[in-house]
Amino acid sequence: MNRTRLYDWHVAAGAKMAPFAGYEMPITYPLGAVEEHLVTRRSVGLFDIDHMGQIEVKGPKADAFVARMVTAKIDDMKDGDARYSLLLNDRGTVIDDLFIYKIPGSWWIVVNASNRLEDLAWFNAHNDEGASIVDHSDETYMIAVQGPRAIELMDLVADAKISDYPRFSSGRAKVMGVPCLVGRTGYTGEDGVELFFPAEDAVKLWTGLLAEGEKRGIETKAIGLAARDSLRFEAGMPLHGHEISQDIYPLESGFKWACDFEKDFVGKAALLKLQEDGIPRKLVGVELPAGGVPREGYEIQSPEGAKIGVVVAGMYCPTAKKFAANALVDPAFGKSGLAVKIVVRGKALDAMTIKRPLYVPAYRR
Amino acid sequence: MNIDKNARYNVSHEWARKDGDAVVTGISDHAQHALGDIVYVELPAVGKALKKGETFGVVESVKAASDMYMPMSGTVTAVNDALSADPALVNREPYAGGWMIKYTPSNPAEWDQLLDPAAYEAQAAKE
Repeated sequence: MNRTRLYDWHVAAGAKMAPFAGYEMPITYPLGAVEEHLVTRRSVGLFDIDHMGQIEVKGPKADAFVARMVTAKIDDMKDGDARYSLLLNDRGTVIDDLFIYKIPGSWWIVVNASNRLEDLAWFNAHNDEGASIVDHSDETYMIAVQGPRAIELMDLVADAKISDYPRFSSGRAKVMGVPCLVGRTGYTGEDGVELFFPAEDAVKLWTGLLAEGEKRGIETKAIGLAARDSLRFEAGMPLHGHEISQDIYPLESGFKWACDFEKDFVGKAALLKLQEDGIPRKLVGVELPAGGVPREGYEIQSPEGAKIGVVVAGMYCPTAKKFAANALVDPAFGKSGLAVKIVVRGKALDAMTIKRPLYVPAYRR
Repeated sequence: MNIDKNARYNVSHEWARKDGDAVVTGISDHAQHALGDIVYVELPAVGKALKKGETFGVVESVKAASDMYMPMSGTVTAVNDALSADPALVNREPYAGGWMIKYTPSNPAEWDQLLDPAAYEAQAAKE
């Protein structure tokens, strides 16, 4: 089991640790998952996400290679731009989702911890162009600083004006003296940044940001993976293995917008065929208005009791104050406002399909 | 961990406390701490007769759903309606405002089969 360089800090802070993607990660701190979620929505949350991987692609053939491998349009990206994309297999299902940063001279690709080795193997096996592919995950640390006051805090501790960075952009800055790639990106639905920096500075930057928040009167707390999940869920962001996976087509979970059909990419042919044939399932939000926690694997039924789908993620949403799920269902039920049922431990409870997301992300407001 | 010295306990972390002829039950401080933030509690209908060891409800935390088991057999006379609006009462006051059910025991002798506070504390400390 891997440990991040903040492992001792998390344990000393009283975090409940659990294995996640091969790492022992903090799930909750004594503050509790619900309050950690709410702190991030009202001020600043700090996330140790060192388990995420970073792959750099460079060289004269890098542009052509990346463009062919990922679904997003990237040929219009300038240095400093950042964009969400999917990585598909030939069947058109999702190997991983990525955040792609165009930085001077290369592509900086952030991948999920659990998929890092598979992504790397996939890149290497398809590298007909001969691009240079380098895994920087071990020497690169990653911390997310998220929340409505995150940019205010960053402006106070960085040697560049982070508030001038547009959403979905990045730049180089020293944060508390530590040289960082600063991306104005995140996974919470809040404004904020993701910081990439030398791993040996992890404790210095983490404890420094917490202390600066305290000193400047900006409530800043360490947030565990449980709240990270409820934050991303409310904001309508997918988690690989749930809303997207190698068993799910991106068109089923509403990710056509992340696929550039004007270019060629791995998996495109399969998606074009799927568009002709029609998608077998559709991702929809489902709420339990009378309460109860819908969890992964629970069956979705029609009002008549026929199985129409399954929950891929579900939880109590602290900001929306709703018990909600994402479910892959028969496309006939793939719109909001329909009565359905969720089978919770043997009982079919009345539920309703709802609009996603439950919480409109800051960048869309 | 906090222990209510006036209660007796199940190995599965429910407590039982006498209230006149009735018995009140909830989950222990150790249990709420292990579960983490509690977001939903499912309780039985008043009037339901349940046997010792039978499931009387479900407590849902952020991470998991856990069944709760009757420390003693009895007929439910009241449930804690406050938990539907504020399930986190179970985290804050597991032995007070976070109580779950009140019931009339059908076999009061079962009280003596429960763990006393010291035995429960020793058992919970091993987990």
